[in-house]
Amino acid sequence: MQPKPVALKVLDILSIILLVISTYLALFFAPTERVMGDVQRVFYFHIGTAWTALLGFILAGVFSVVYLIRKDLKWDRLQVAAIEVSLVFFLITIVLGSIWARPAWNTWWTWDPRLTTAAITELIYVAYFMLRQGIDDPDRRARFGAVYALVGGLSAPITFFAIRLFRTIHPVVIGGTNPEADGGFSMTADMRVAFFFALFTFTIIFVDLFWNRIRLGDLQEKVEQLKLKVSM
Amino acid sequence: MFFQEPTPDTSGYMIAGFAIAFIVMALYVASMYLRARNLNQDVSILEEMEKPAPPIQTSSTRQSRKSPAKSGKNKSAKSVTKKSRQK
Repeated sequence: MQPKPVALKVLDILSIILLVISTYLALFFAPTERVMGDVQRVFYFHIGTAWTALLGFILAGVFSVVYLIRKDLKWDRLQVAAIEVSLVFFLITIVLGSIWARPAWNTWWTWDPRLTTAAITELIYVAYFMLRQGIDDPDRRARFGAVYALVGGLSAPITFFAIRLFRTIHPVVIGGTNPEADGGFSMTADMRVAFFFALFTFTIIFVDLFWNRIRLGDLQEKVEQLKLKVSM
Repeated sequence: MFFQEPTPDTSGYMIAGFAIAFIVMALYVASMYLRARNLNQDVSILEEMEKPAPPIQTSSTRQSRKSPAKSGKNKSAKSVTKKSRQK
């Protein structure tokens, strides 16, 4: 593996520092929400991870289009990297949402439109990796992955707009009010600071993990090439 | 003010939430590190295999050089090359 670029090393360290600051802001700086109590503090990480995950799924869709046009496996590796990091972030989103829902809604899970579309999105991308494993030919695998990620990418905007389009108990904290929602709240100035800082932090962490995952993909490609050479 | 319900204590859920978020992220970073380490090992092994291997002398050939009287016994000893290893 090529040595890590200095910029990536800086990004690694920056991600850790930002995560520490963001945790401090969420736990100590932001005031306690009066109705829900301390559990509301997971909201900052919940939204931060959700934002980056959905962004990653959409990015993967864009990489798929570029791969289908150019047929260059580099774009396939970018797509896999974006989906893998997003999958992890979206898992955190769903788990944090479920933990928040227990005291707020008195249930861990309900088949609400937002929760259902989120679960479907997560499962679509879990299936993506399972199905990719079953295809040996790299070109076929990449072509299949591109089409799948392109179609699967539609689930990201559907999940995002689910709380704005359907009747749901999931609160719309940013850009809208939902009369059916349960557990909504209006943010104070300090809450906004913690919230926007968490968004920024998770965006930087996403970029950092994405870059590291691309390098891992390049290394995997190198191993496959070497295996081919040696077996000839 | 007197009729306001007190803020519920939901700190246990909060701690669980943050703990899970950190654990999942740490596990993912660890998995990336382990995968990179294994792939680096694979690369070094494969690069080693790709190189034309120099003839390797077995212990018996070394002995035969040291003691020419015994060399007759070790006529079968050959240098091991990449080709013979592949066979």
